[in-house]
Amino acid sequence: MPNMSPTKYKMPEQDPIKRNKNFNEVALGYTHELAIEEAMRCLDCKHMPCVKGCPVNVDIPGFIKALVGNNIPKAYEIITSTNSLPAICGRVCPQESQCELLCVRGIKHEPVAIGRLERYVADTMLEKTITKKKNITKNKMKVAVVGGGPAGLTCAGDLALLGYEVTIFEAFHEAGGVLVYGIPEFRLPKELVKKEIATLTKLGITIKPNMVIGRILDIEELLVDFGAVFIGTGAGLPRFMNIPGENYNGVYSSNEFLTRINLMKAYKFPEYDTPVRIGKNVAVVGGGNVAMDAARSAKRLGAKNVYIIYRRSEDELPAREEEIHHAKEEGIIFTLLTNPTKIIGDEDGNVKAIECIKMKLGEKDDSGRARPIKINNSEHIIDVNTVIIAIGQTPNPLIKNTTSALKTHSWGGIIVDDDTMQTSIDGVYAGGDIVTGAATVILAMGAGKKAAKAIDVYLKNK
Amino acid sequence: MYEIVYKRDLNNNVKMMKVAAPLIAKKAMPGQFIMLRIDEHGERIPLTIAGYDRTKGLITIIFQEVGQTTIKLGKLKSGDMILDFVGPLGKASHLEGYKNACVIGGGLGTAIAYPQAKHLHDLGANVDVITGFRNSDLILLEDELRAISNNLFITTDDGSNGTKGFVTDVLKSQLQHKTYDLVIAIGPLIMMKFVSKLTKEYGIKTIISMNPIMVDGTGMCGGCRVTVDGKTKFACVDGPDFDGHLVDFDEAMMRQKMYHKEEEHKCKMEQHHA
Ligand SMILES: Cc1cc2nc3c(=O)[nH]c(=O)nc-3n(C[C@H](O)[C@H](O)[C@H](O)COP(=O)(O)OP(=O)(O)OC[C@H]3O[C@@H](n4cnc5c(N)ncnc54)[C@H](O)[C@@H]3O)c2cc1C
Ligand code: FES
Repeated sequence: MPNMSPTKYKMPEQDPIKRNKNFNEVALGYTHELAIEEAMRCLDCKHMPCVKGCPVNVDIPGFIKALVGNNIPKAYEIITSTNSLPAICGRVCPQESQCELLCVRGIKHEPVAIGRLERYVADTMLEKTITKKKNITKNKMKVAVVGGGPAGLTCAGDLALLGYEVTIFEAFHEAGGVLVYGIPEFRLPKELVKKEIATLTKLGITIKPNMVIGRILDIEELLVDFGAVFIGTGAGLPRFMNIPGENYNGVYSSNEFLTRINLMKAYKFPEYDTPVRIGKNVAVVGGGNVAMDAARSAKRLGAKNVYIIYRRSEDELPAREEEIHHAKEEGIIFTLLTNPTKIIGDEDGNVKAIECIKMKLGEKDDSGRARPIKINNSEHIIDVNTVIIAIGQTPNPLIKNTTSALKTHSWGGIIVDDDTMQTSIDGVYAGGDIVTGAATVILAMGAGKKAAKAIDVYLKNK
Repeated sequence: MYEIVYKRDLNNNVKMMKVAAPLIAKKAMPGQFIMLRIDEHGERIPLTIAGYDRTKGLITIIFQEVGQTTIKLGKLKSGDMILDFVGPLGKASHLEGYKNACVIGGGLGTAIAYPQAKHLHDLGANVDVITGFRNSDLILLEDELRAISNNLFITTDDGSNGTKGFVTDVLKSQLQHKTYDLVIAIGPLIMMKFVSKLTKEYGIKTIISMNPIMVDGTGMCGGCRVTVDGKTKFACVDGPDFDGHLVDFDEAMMRQKMYHKEEEHKCKMEQHHA
């Protein structure tokens, strides 16, 4: 008999007043009892609508059933047969617009907390670190994966399972992509990312760090040693606003700010050598998940007032509702319908204020959202010492610029065949943010999986 | 891990190292740089590739002990390991087609300018070299530079080597009787600024090399941005070489001071704990 509670079981969280001063994880995860209760809310629908909402088609009712039967190893096996990074996805996937959106329980009440259950199963198994040895028959064929983010890792994992010898070339000193340099510790603990990546690489994947492809080796050279190449280099190029004063000291791109904190551990300065500068007041420009991550990080580093400056209204904020909610709880100030016009510095070149203009909403634009319109003579000044620009990223042009035969869109994304993820070069595939522009972890993983399948077909017929 | 196979002191606080990095050595060109991180807790810093040996697979770096990372690096010995070593990054300098070049190095910049001067010389150009140091104890690479230059001028701020003055003084007097089709200036921002100002008057193409604060060195953070011809450029991918007549040096000098407080704090702490 299913549990008919109309709402999800709440997941314990750190108190907002305490957590906005530390980098420990905000959400603490279900206890075993809570997980079982929540799992019992699943109706085990025969037509499994939730599965269609999952970009990697996890057998959701299947794993939940195993969990209800208290067989966590089996639940883990079901999840990992299609999703190799479940502890990560359980935390960062936008379930509300994917699996949980289609959950039958969600029609009248709250959907089953699928993400939280996925997280529970993965965390429990990672703690035990009993990974079953998989029997893989090696086929002696080699594939190169460029970029060790979710797209590259997933593609590599699936190919390794099929017996390929896979080498990941990663530009940074560590694999993980946005999972290690972008998403903060308090939302996604890095130890856990490490463990989940280690589980994957045990399949026989070699990770070569410090390899910037396009410089040390290029795609053509990789094709000499490898039968196929997958490019999953993400959307790493920060966008700036092109307003006066953007080069004053104290203006960061969200990429720089978050990389210093997450990858380089500036939040542990001076134990770690990399510094990050946080003033008393901080403005974060933008309204997406990246902006929320930057704002909440700034607060934790001791900023008194942290403003999110966004040109549309609350309804249009692109960030996940959960992130907005968490940010508000932690005391982030939302300055909506406001757009920066200029950054003002002192005589030493340090930021001292940001000038903004008020906006109102007009007709819908191409993106389907109301177009923000300037309100004349509404300029006003907010005193800040740090400005973080989080208005989006586009693909890094390094590979495009060093691979002449590679076709790309005008905005920089690599053009691929939708079904196979093959690029304009034979044997070269691409997926993730480098193809779609900044998107989500799970979509990048889905693209990696699709490419792995196509690479398998390509190499077996070569 | 990347092994330091050779280490030599060039003067009291400038050190030279050769690091085993065969793949980088295979591709490196003058003007490019590497990023390194000494250990797990380290910062990533850029250093110019001061030389490369493709057959032995070695990259030469030359650095001055000025901040926490370079001081830490200076303590390492031949046989020690550097955790991360990434490159070759940035665009290579375009040095083909010049006949009469003047290469100017200020202080440590001399070490960075050396491979460019050598490359010009190897390509058959006449190369004059002007270098400037604070005093005669700090003079770098004198023999190496003499070997590849037609004329070598060494100045010191205090005149302790016999020639008192700035590199710009020498350049100015050279320009009275000589024409150059290329000037390369590498050193402190203020020096590159004044060299560029002077050569602009004479309409001589001038390449300078920017060395701003960097995090990744691959174009993903924008921390290295410089304004060139009114536009924002990323030194790590669009440079580090730029047209000296177009660079906003005043802004670059301002940006370089960004972490002075943090550096001081950290260095003091380390002295305190040592
Ligand atoms: C701050 C932030 C928060 C986010 N929050 C969420 C969230 O909550 N949920 C969610 O689903 N998504 C989130 N996203 C988006 C998500 O992280 C990305 O869509 C996803 O990581 C894309 O994966 P990818 O593998 O395509 O690229 P990336 O994760 O960007 O990985 C690309 C990798 O390639 C490497 N690389 C780049 N160039 C080269 C080269 N030339 N040679 C070798 N290696 C190279 C990079 O160093 C990097 O490791 C967030 C993004 C950011 C920035
Ligand atoms: S160092 Fe990060 S973009 Fe240049």
